[in-house]
Amino acid sequence: MKTQTESPIIEVAGRGLAPVIQLIGIYVFFHGHYGPGGGFQGGVLLAAGVLLLRMTIGFENSQLQVKSKITILLCAIGALIFAGTGLVTVWFGGNFMDYAYLPVSWMEADDLRYYGILFIEVGVTLAVMTALIAIYDELLEA
Amino acid sequence: MKILQYLVLIAVAGFLCVAVAELAPRGEIGAPVQEKINPAGTPVAGAHYIEHAYKDAHTPNMVAVILADYRAYDTLGEVIVVFAGAIGCLFILRRRRS
Repeated sequence: MKTQTESPIIEVAGRGLAPVIQLIGIYVFFHGHYGPGGGFQGGVLLAAGVLLLRMTIGFENSQLQVKSKITILLCAIGALIFAGTGLVTVWFGGNFMDYAYLPVSWMEADDLRYYGILFIEVGVTLAVMTALIAIYDELLEA
Repeated sequence: MKILQYLVLIAVAGFLCVAVAELAPRGEIGAPVQEKINPAGTPVAGAHYIEHAYKDAHTPNMVAVILADYRAYDTLGEVIVVFAGAIGCLFILRRRRS
C-alpha cells in the first residue's frame, strides 16, 4: 500500500502507538465496573487511536480500520442499543431501564443488572467513538 | 502586583489542599453529605445507593451502578446529546461544502 506521509518516522510512530491507545481504551471500558473508567472515557480513547491513524498514515489508508461512511450509522446504532435495552425491559413488564426484567431466564436479577450495565456501556462506547470520528472526517472533507 | 497574584494563588491552593484532605472517604455512611436522614427530616438518596449498590448489581464500583442503572435515564440523555452533536456537525459542514 502506498504511503501517504513524507516522513517514515511519523508513520512508524503512529502505527506503533495507535493499537496501544486502542488497547488502553478497551481496558478503560471494561474497567468501568471496578474503578474509574466506563463507556465515555473508553470511547474517547478508541476514537483517539483512530484519529491518530487518520493523521499519521493518511485518510485513505486508515479507512481500513473504520470507514468514514458508516461512522454516523454506527453512532445511531450505539444510541439505539442503549435505548433499545430500556425498551426491551418495558416490553417484558419492568420499568424503563430496569435490567432485572431482561429476558434471560438462567440469570438472577443482580447478575442481569451487571451484564445490563456492561451492555449499555457497549452502546455508549460505540456512540461516543463514532461520533468523534464522524466530526473529524466531516471537518477534514469540508 | 504579580507577586500578589502568585501569593493569592498559593493561598487558594493551600485552602483547597486542606479541604480535600479533610473530605470523608468515598462511600462512608455517616459523613455529613451521606446521612440517612438529612436535617430537614427527609431520607437521602445517597445513603440508599451506597448500601444497596453491590447487592443490586454485583458491581464493585458504585459510581458505575448509579450512572448506568439508577440514573440510566440521565445517561441515555447524554448519549443522545452526543449523537445530536454529531448529526448537527454533519449537516452544517455538508451544507457549507456544496
